[in-house]
Amino acid sequence: MKRTGWWVARLVDRRVETDTSATLVLEVPDWPGHLPGQHVDLRLTAEDGYQAARSYSVSAPADGDRIEVTVQRVPDGEVSPYLLDGLSVGDRIEVRGPVGGYFVWRLTDPAPVLLVGGGSGVAPLMAMIRARREAGSRTPFRLIYSVRSERDIYFADELRRRVRDDQSLDVAYVYTREVPEGLSAQAHRIGVPDLNSHGWPAQLEPVNFVCGPTGFVEAVSDILVALGHEPRRIKTERFGPTG
Amino acid sequence: MGIVSPGFQGRRRPTGPNLPPGQYLTEDFPVLSAGPTPRVSLTDWEFVITTETGAELRWSWDEMWALPTETPTVDIHCVTHWSKLGTNWQGVSLDTLLDGVDTAADYALVHSYGGYTTNLPLDDLRDGQAWVVHQYDGADLPAEHGGPARLLVPHLYFWKSAKWVRGIRLGLTDEPGFWETAGYHDYGDPWREQRYQGD
Repeated sequence: MKRTGWWVARLVDRRVETDTSATLVLEVPDWPGHLPGQHVDLRLTAEDGYQAARSYSVSAPADGDRIEVTVQRVPDGEVSPYLLDGLSVGDRIEVRGPVGGYFVWRLTDPAPVLLVGGGSGVAPLMAMIRARREAGSRTPFRLIYSVRSERDIYFADELRRRVRDDQSLDVAYVYTREVPEGLSAQAHRIGVPDLNSHGWPAQLEPVNFVCGPTGFVEAVSDILVALGHEPRRIKTERFGPTG
Repeated sequence: MGIVSPGFQGRRRPTGPNLPPGQYLTEDFPVLSAGPTPRVSLTDWEFVITTETGAELRWSWDEMWALPTETPTVDIHCVTHWSKLGTNWQGVSLDTLLDGVDTAADYALVHSYGGYTTNLPLDDLRDGQAWVVHQYDGADLPAEHGGPARLLVPHLYFWKSAKWVRGIRLGLTDEPGFWETAGYHDYGDPWREQRYQGD
């Protein structure tokens, strides 16, 4: 069954992820479900009828009629500051989706999975990690997560717990500005050594999901191609500041 | 009118008659593609129009740019809600490329290096509505924006303007392309907000 058009959702919870981001929990009556990696459009309407819409990745599997959307604040943005500061629990907002059927991990695909996230690009990848666990799948997953500093890690406690409890989930961090104390690595942008050490060899024919800002996705997908991965097995989602 | 969000003002950037419904203006040039950026060498590059009978017309890179070019200045509209006004391109009009092509086809399936496809009615490629472009803003088109050459069909959502374009297959029936198979609208008119199937 396919529903189109805008649906009315209600904000039921908002969880802070970092200083500049939060997860909105929305209740959408009769939500039809979604696949990990899909996104939704959220729309705001001013009192005079002016409207603004933006696309956001869904960061968790559906829990009945509840969906979770993780929002990064775009400084001076039009929509994200309102979603983070203006919208109150109980307020209504319009949602459309789920959208996108390509940047999607399917439970039935037995191939090992590499997830490469830059900054807030981790949100749809987290939906895949959570969906895998929820389904009891043992498909091996690796996440390489590029962040400016430790303070910028989304879902930090949950990722730590999941890695501890799950032998077939690995997470490696790349710090671009500030390396946590006690680690010997230098701050750097993601490169061949990171993908070589923490990704899968091309012969295993993994599926690679890459999500982040344009420059990040260009760099990572070029490296994966150079490392021998079939371009069709590299799925990308690029975003710029969209307000 | 939708559900009013108390206190939401919006940014009220210039809207005016050039902005289709649900779009906002951007000054930068976001990139959206589903996979890695293909790198195509100009010596291997070719552009092929294939008719419904299998007849083929081919242009090498040098042959293509020996044709007369145009410099359209157009507004572009992405389905992810951004629009960019007054963009400058240089390329060959599809009218030039289709001139003399003997076809009864109603539909076109555009295909690209890297495997991307998108479909549109053949009429939407005619009458000064579409170009194969290799220059953006006076410089070679960067690979992440579809270089060495992309299709430009600015009156439809920008996913129809296939990056890394390689050819067009003409057909008597409509065959959905990459995003059209994944739930996006078959036609994609931004002024009618045809984003997704059923719009």
